[in-house]
Amino acid sequence: MPIHEKTLIRPENLVTHEHLEIDGVDVSGHWSTFIESRAVTDYNENLQEEISALAGGENIHRCWQCGSCTNACTVNAINPDFNPRYWIYLIRMGMEEELLRDKDIIWQCVSCNKCTYACPRDVVPEGVMKATAHWLELKGHTPESPSTIFDDGFSQQVFDTGKIEDSRVMRGFFKGTGQSLTQPWLVAMVTGLIKRFPLFYLIRMGWQTVFRPKTRGWGRASRAIHEYVEEVEAANRAALGLDAKGAK
Amino acid sequence: MPKDLKDPSLKKVAYYPGCALEGTGHAYNKSTKAVGKELGLDLVELKNWNCCGAMEVKNIDPNIQTYLSARNLSIAEDMGFDTVMAPCNGCYHNLKKAEYDLANDEGSKEVNARLSGKAGHATYAPGKVETIHSLDWIKRAIGEEELSKRVKNSLKGLKIANYYGCMYSRPRHIFPEKDKGEGSESTSKPHFMDDLLAAAGAENVDYPLKTACCGGAHTLSDSDTSTKLVLNLLTTAEACGADVIATECPTCHTGLEMHQIRAEKVLGRKTNVKILYFTQLLGMALGLSAGKVGVNENFSDSRALLKEKGLG
Repeated sequence: MPIHEKTLIRPENLVTHEHLEIDGVDVSGHWSTFIESRAVTDYNENLQEEISALAGGENIHRCWQCGSCTNACTVNAINPDFNPRYWIYLIRMGMEEELLRDKDIIWQCVSCNKCTYACPRDVVPEGVMKATAHWLELKGHTPESPSTIFDDGFSQQVFDTGKIEDSRVMRGFFKGTGQSLTQPWLVAMVTGLIKRFPLFYLIRMGWQTVFRPKTRGWGRASRAIHEYVEEVEAANRAALGLDAKGAK
Repeated sequence: MPKDLKDPSLKKVAYYPGCALEGTGHAYNKSTKAVGKELGLDLVELKNWNCCGAMEVKNIDPNIQTYLSARNLSIAEDMGFDTVMAPCNGCYHNLKKAEYDLANDEGSKEVNARLSGKAGHATYAPGKVETIHSLDWIKRAIGEEELSKRVKNSLKGLKIANYYGCMYSRPRHIFPEKDKGEGSESTSKPHFMDDLLAAAGAENVDYPLKTACCGGAHTLSDSDTSTKLVLNLLTTAEACGADVIATECPTCHTGLEMHQIRAEKVLGRKTNVKILYFTQLLGMALGLSAGKVGVNENFSDSRALLKEKGLG
């Protein structure tokens, strides 16, 4: 087992016996630490098919398990439990219960594309991470992640007006996730700016907040995109065997 | 056509600033235009452009993201341009990706045709418009040799860590012109920014995190991760002896500035490295004032450093 994957042995699966004798040999202490063996019986045979039906997951079947994705991964360097190779393995094997143990961190993929760059099999692991996070939410295993709340707010603005405006995106996100607007770093940034007083900059920011930027002639594109989004959402739910929208 | 241009066909290109350059990245917009003007290059902004979808719309559906860029490319074509310049890494990446997907993915092609038809504009066909980054633009149109001749205020003595981020070079397949040997950009060790700033007199440090991630996609939704990534970028730049991290993407730039405040709390001390857009540095080297390239709009306050080095 590669050294960077030692964390795959979960602490609860490690058993140490104070006193243990096997076939007349005393194996107490250090030698009595075992990884508990277990039988997996609860396969979800449709798991790979479901993930590959969602955008980004299409190429998961190509994986060779070389581990280049995990080796290259930005988030793995911070949190060793974040292991794309392992999750791809679990999905392909249909080991849903095992996958669900990591359900709260899969959304943390930062889309840096280092995995996709390194992958020799064109699996697009970044896309697989997004599809898996999406699958977890559609199936009701996790609530909408902060990332999804951000994506939704951002995309709605684009679909409605053709453009986004930074402060509106930020306000929407803090409201959507129930956070205060007076984040200490935000206050530090604004006060730092005011001290230097680039008047024009502040006026422009204020102007954009009141008169939101829009793409002229966007109406028809907006309607076409909204229609298409509904179509995609219905197709996603159908692929996962879920009822029509709303009934999770 | 001016004789001193390396590639006269790039004298006048379509300009796609994108949403960030109208908001938090305004200094990048301002300095890019100022540098272009100083170098005698013309930018014509795309008429009624739309957002490229950044890192977000693709998570709703990648085909919509492809359509968003295809619409912008069709505008460039309508306006009679065969080159569009996008200074933002996100916009640049998405235009490139749309170009690739429209040529190679039937699904994207079909959705683009359908949405373009309903929206009432021409369906963009791949291969009509070339997308370039502001780095390509200056490097190809002017080149290092000519640029160094035009430097009025050398960046001598300024140590720079060149930071390219993720979207400029990954994944490789959407950048077919890169990794083509001598003279082309490298996806693993990009050098166009290094080349331009060296021509302006700067001393580039050997920065190992050129293409590392700043956590920009989750800068708000997973701030703690982004702060850890930025902390690493900042302390590594310091360890390399850099005074400045030069950026070429508004998301990286704002992320670095914002998380510098948070990272310094984690670290328990101030970090000495300042953050500037490469166009701001080039502009000052070409003799423009700090105000002309929007240095006062940066959250990272580099005025004392620039004064010490005799710039701006």
